[in-house]
Amino acid sequence: MRLIQKVAEWFDLRLQLGTPIRETAEHPVPRETASWFYVFGSAALTVFFLQLVTGILLALIYVPSAGEAWTSLQTLNHSIALGWFIRALHGWGSNFMVAIVLIHMVQVFLFGAYKFPRELTWIVGVFLLLVTLGMAFTGQVLRFDQDAYWGLGIGASIASRVPVIGPWVVTLMLGGPIIAGATLSRFFALHVFVIPGLLMAFVGIHLLMVLKLGVNEWPMPGRVVRRATYLQEYHELTHTQGVPFVPNAVWKDILFSGFVLLSIAVCAAYFGPFGPGGQPDPTIIQTAPRPDFFFLWLYALLSFLPPAAETPILLIGPAIGLIVLIALPFVAGEGEKSWERRPIAVLTILLIAVGLGTLTHLGERTPWSPVMDAWSSEPIPAQYLQRRTALERQGALVFQAKQCHNCHSLDGRGGERGPALDRVALSLTEDQLVRQVIQGGGNMPAYGKNLRPAETTALVAFLKTLHPPTQLPASNASRAIALREGETN
Amino acid sequence: MKTENGVSRRAALVKLGVFLNGIVGAFLAVPIVRYLLSPVTRERKAGYESWLSLGQLEQFPAGQTRLATYRNPVVNAWDGETDDIACWVRNVDDKNFQVFAINCAHLGCPVRWFPQSSLFMCPCHGGAYYQDGSRASGPPERGLFQYHHKLENGQLLIRAGEMPTPGRAANDKGGAATCA
Repeated sequence: MRLIQKVAEWFDLRLQLGTPIRETAEHPVPRETASWFYVFGSAALTVFFLQLVTGILLALIYVPSAGEAWTSLQTLNHSIALGWFIRALHGWGSNFMVAIVLIHMVQVFLFGAYKFPRELTWIVGVFLLLVTLGMAFTGQVLRFDQDAYWGLGIGASIASRVPVIGPWVVTLMLGGPIIAGATLSRFFALHVFVIPGLLMAFVGIHLLMVLKLGVNEWPMPGRVVRRATYLQEYHELTHTQGVPFVPNAVWKDILFSGFVLLSIAVCAAYFGPFGPGGQPDPTIIQTAPRPDFFFLWLYALLSFLPPAAETPILLIGPAIGLIVLIALPFVAGEGEKSWERRPIAVLTILLIAVGLGTLTHLGERTPWSPVMDAWSSEPIPAQYLQRRTALERQGALVFQAKQCHNCHSLDGRGGERGPALDRVALSLTEDQLVRQVIQGGGNMPAYGKNLRPAETTALVAFLKTLHPPTQLPASNASRAIALREGETN
Repeated sequence: MKTENGVSRRAALVKLGVFLNGIVGAFLAVPIVRYLLSPVTRERKAGYESWLSLGQLEQFPAGQTRLATYRNPVVNAWDGETDDIACWVRNVDDKNFQVFAINCAHLGCPVRWFPQSSLFMCPCHGGAYYQDGSRASGPPERGLFQYHHKLENGQLLIRAGEMPTPGRAANDKGGAATCA
C-alpha cells in the first residue's frame, strides 16, 4: 500500500490534479438534488462513452466506401466474433442516447433549470441535442443500405429547396452530382471526426458550467428566481443545508448509469443489430425507405404538410424552433421554477409529447402510402361477392385489376390512403360514384383515361353494393324524374 | 518600456505576430475553401451531365412504360452499385418518348409504375402521377422530373448525370421540367 501511496504522490506532485478533483467531488450540492430526477445528464454522458468505445471498435472493421460499406457490415454481423453484438450495442446505444438526452431536456425544462444564471448551460444543451441528432442521422447513413441511400435522397430533396443556393447545397452535401462514394466518405468524416469533436467540446463546456454554477436546486413553489438575489440565495442553500456531491448524490448517478448500460446490453443481445437492410443498389426500386425511429415523426409530418406550405415550413420551421429554444432562458430567465406554478410549460411539454408520439406512431404505420401489392395479395372479402350479378362481380375484378385496393380497404384489408369503401354506397350516389372514379379529386387520381366505359359501369355497379344489408344505398330522389323528363322531351 | 505614444515594444510585437498569422490564415483559407467547394466549382466547369444511351429502341415497345438503367457519367472507382441509376421510359407512339427520373418530385423516393392503373406511385408519402408524368395526387407539388432525350441510330439517348431534386427543377419554367 505504501508503494501505491508513493506512486500516487509522485504523479500528483507533477500533475497537481488531486486537490481540484477532490474539491470537485466533494463540492456541496442542494440536499434535494440527490434525487432520481437528477441522473439523466450523467447517464447521457455514460452512453456517449459507450458510443465512443463501440464506435472505435466498429471502425476497426468498417470500410467507409460506397462499394464496400455494406459488405463490411455483413462481415461484422456474420464473420467477426461478436461483431453483431458490438454493432447492436452501438445501434441501441444511439437510440438510448437520443431518448435520454430528450428526457434530460424535459426534466431541465420542467425544473426551471434553464433560468438565471444557467442560460448558457441550456443553450449549449440545445446544441448538444442538435449534435446528438446529427450523430443519429449520420450514423444511419453509415449503415449504407437502401434506407440510407433513399434517406440521403430525402435529405437532398429537402436541402434543394433552399432558395437560390439549393442546388449547390445538394452538390456540397452529396460531394458530387449523385449519391455515391463521395457522399458516404463525407458522412463518415462528419460522424467520426466533425460531430464527435463538436460533441466533446460542448459536453466539456456544459459540464464545466454545471460545476461552476452548481446543480439546479429542487424547485419549490413560491421560491422565485431574481437576478439580484439568486446567487446569494443559492450559496446559502448549498452551504447551510448542502451535501457533498460524492458520495451523497453520485451513487444514484452511478446506479442509474449502470442500469442504462445493462438495458442497452440486454436490448443489443435480445434484439440484435439494426440492419443493414437491402443493398444500396439504386436500380432495386422495390423498396419503401423509412428513417430510424427518432426521425419517423418528421417522415410522418412530411406527408401531412400541404404541398404549397411544405417548403416554407421545412426551411423556416427548424429555424423558428431553434430560435425559440435559444430565446427561452432570456424570455423566462427569472420567476417561478416549479412546474406546479408553470401550467403553460407543462402543457407545452404534453402537447409536444402527444404530437411527436402521434406522428411517430403514424410514421410506423404509414397509412398515407398505397399498399403496393394489395391489388394482387388482398382478396375481395367473400361476403362482398355472394349473391352478386355478373356485372357487379366484373366490377370487383376491375377494382382489383386497377389497383383500387392499394389505396382503399375492404373489410379492414388493403391501403388506407383513401377512405375505406365498405359503406361507400351509403354516402355517394351512383352519379357521384361515376364522377369520383372518372374525375378523381380529393387526393384521388382521375381514372377517366384509364377505364373503358364498360369497366366504369361495372366498377360503379360493384361499389353500389357496398352497404350494410339493413341500410339502403344513397340515391338521388330527383334522378328518376329527371331521366323521365329527358326521355319525354 | 514604453514609447512616446504609450505602446510598449512587446505589445506591438504581439500585434505584429497576430497580424502575420492573420495574413497566413487568410492565404491558407483560400485553398481550404476551394477544396471544400470543389464539388460545386471545379468539376462544374466540365459539367456533370452528358448524353448517354439507354439502349436500343426495341427494348421500349410503343404504348408501354419500361424501367431502364444507366451508369452515371461521372464515377469514382469506389462508388460500388450507386452509379447505376434507374429511370422510367415511356414510348408514347414510337416517335414520342418520355424519360422520367426514378425520384419522386416530393422527396426523391423511387416511384413505381403500375401499368394496370397507368399510375406511378411513390412508397414514401403516397405521391401519385399519371402516365405522362403529371401530378395525380399526394404531396408532390409538380409532375415527375423528365430527362432531355433524343433518338440516334436506333438508340434512345438521355442527358443525365445529376440527381434531380425539387430545388434544381424549380429553376426551369413551365411544365416540361428537366433533370438538369
